[in-house]
Amino acid sequence: MSGPLLEVENLSVTFDTAKGQVRAVRGMGFTLGREKLGIVGESGSGKSMTGRAILRLVGPPGRAQADRLVFDGIDLQRQSERQMRAIRGRRISMVMQDPKFSLNPVATVGEQVAEAYRIHKRASGREAKRRVLEMFEAVRIRDPERVWGLYPHEVSGGMGQRIMIAMMLIPDPDLLIADEPTSALDVTVQMQVLAIIDDLVTQRGMGLIFISHDLNLVASFCDRILIMYAGRVVESCRAAELHQAKHPYTRGLLESLPQIGDTRPFLPVLQRDPAWLEA
Amino acid sequence: MDAMITITGLDVVFGDTHAVRDASLSVARGESYGLVGESGSGKSTILRALSGLNWDWTGRITVEGREQGRRRDKGFFKLCQMVFQDPYGSLHPRQTVDATLMEPLAIHGFDNRDARVERVLKEVGLGPSFRFRYPHQLSGGQRQRVAIARALVLEPRVLLLDEPTSALDVSVQAEILNLLKRLRAERGLTYLLVTHNLAVVSVMCDRLAVMNRGRIVETLTAAQLHDGTVTQPYTRQLLEASRGYDRAAADRIEDFAA
Repeated sequence: MSGPLLEVENLSVTFDTAKGQVRAVRGMGFTLGREKLGIVGESGSGKSMTGRAILRLVGPPGRAQADRLVFDGIDLQRQSERQMRAIRGRRISMVMQDPKFSLNPVATVGEQVAEAYRIHKRASGREAKRRVLEMFEAVRIRDPERVWGLYPHEVSGGMGQRIMIAMMLIPDPDLLIADEPTSALDVTVQMQVLAIIDDLVTQRGMGLIFISHDLNLVASFCDRILIMYAGRVVESCRAAELHQAKHPYTRGLLESLPQIGDTRPFLPVLQRDPAWLEA
Repeated sequence: MDAMITITGLDVVFGDTHAVRDASLSVARGESYGLVGESGSGKSTILRALSGLNWDWTGRITVEGREQGRRRDKGFFKLCQMVFQDPYGSLHPRQTVDATLMEPLAIHGFDNRDARVERVLKEVGLGPSFRFRYPHQLSGGQRQRVAIARALVLEPRVLLLDEPTSALDVSVQAEILNLLKRLRAERGLTYLLVTHNLAVVSVMCDRLAVMNRGRIVETLTAAQLHDGTVTQPYTRQLLEASRGYDRAAADRIEDFAA
């Protein structure tokens, strides 16, 4: 495919609340190829809402609209709910931050991942189980047979996140939206999980939207970065060039990060400029 | 060394899990000491045994020269206070900031409570307008300031800090780390800081212990961490993984058994 995988133009997400309108995302736009795009920002910057809006998962009282929201030639805004269900999971899937709240507590993790497979692919129970065990191995779960029969409360956070990633990858999507997929994990486990995702992007040409608050991680992992502040993209750059970022918000965030080997007596504190809301 | 905290041969066992194995460390008066490790390494378990939240341990713990038993007396809590990771979970949702700060003062029979609450709020950078708010009316950073104020209001000599900034945004983290540094300088406090973040330990601590699977694998000075002059392969791996994503490094990751 030659065109972009995803095009987003002027996306807004608005919540009508008793206290008035809250504009979570304001005029967001980007195009994505078969690459790793990082969306970075602090809590409340609209980065997660952007991911949800692409999958049309913003529920009332929220409203999402865009001038253009096209995935692989499909206008996502004109799809029926039924058509969307065929896209979600199968073609675009999303890994959420916390596996504890995303897994069904009363089904074994193996059955859940197998269900994700069988909804999208026609396969026998035995075939599904074989695929799930393979996928568990691919995400570096030791002893997949044992893990198959565990319930979500019996697995650690790192294991839970790997199960979620296996579940999202098993239908073989073209685009993966990963919302803080590794922030609950230890650094070494995080590195291994990212390597799995990385290989899928390089080997299978999957597109990735990686939503994170961790600037250093995104700079070292992604190809391109969007920095969001108060619902807008304030800066976009090549990941390798993040440290030459120009916007005062990006600069402020970078400087406020503690470093290994830091000798500064105090960390510079970000001074927020009201002008950034409009810029 | 004038030791404020010494821990010798500490063991903590939960059922089949040996959470802390023969851990020993010593923190000087006025020092800031870091305990670093991944989840399940036993770093928080040491802190909970030291703070008296967990009674079931063996070994020796002394604080300011006094041998600590399983139960702690009131004097211990006057000397030694704790700040927790989650500012959303550690404040009572139906108590105002004022009630949260007044309660320890009442328990410990302090005088001038009103003036003390006002002063401590000012010290943590919250104005008097915050005094009668509820936790849900505060941001994460403001709540963590209240939690620090609650610890400080008793004028302790030691603060035990359990991942005090890991639930916060980076810009807010910088504010809280600066606040903790300033308070330590002004009051000559001793810190024992538990964190998984090597960069946080690097800006906050003079010395640190690296833990893996219940054991202290290595003790480092901040300077050694800065230069990367570490001796243990486990520490080297942790340091490498903390520097950001590296595809080749991901393949080199090993599992270090206890």
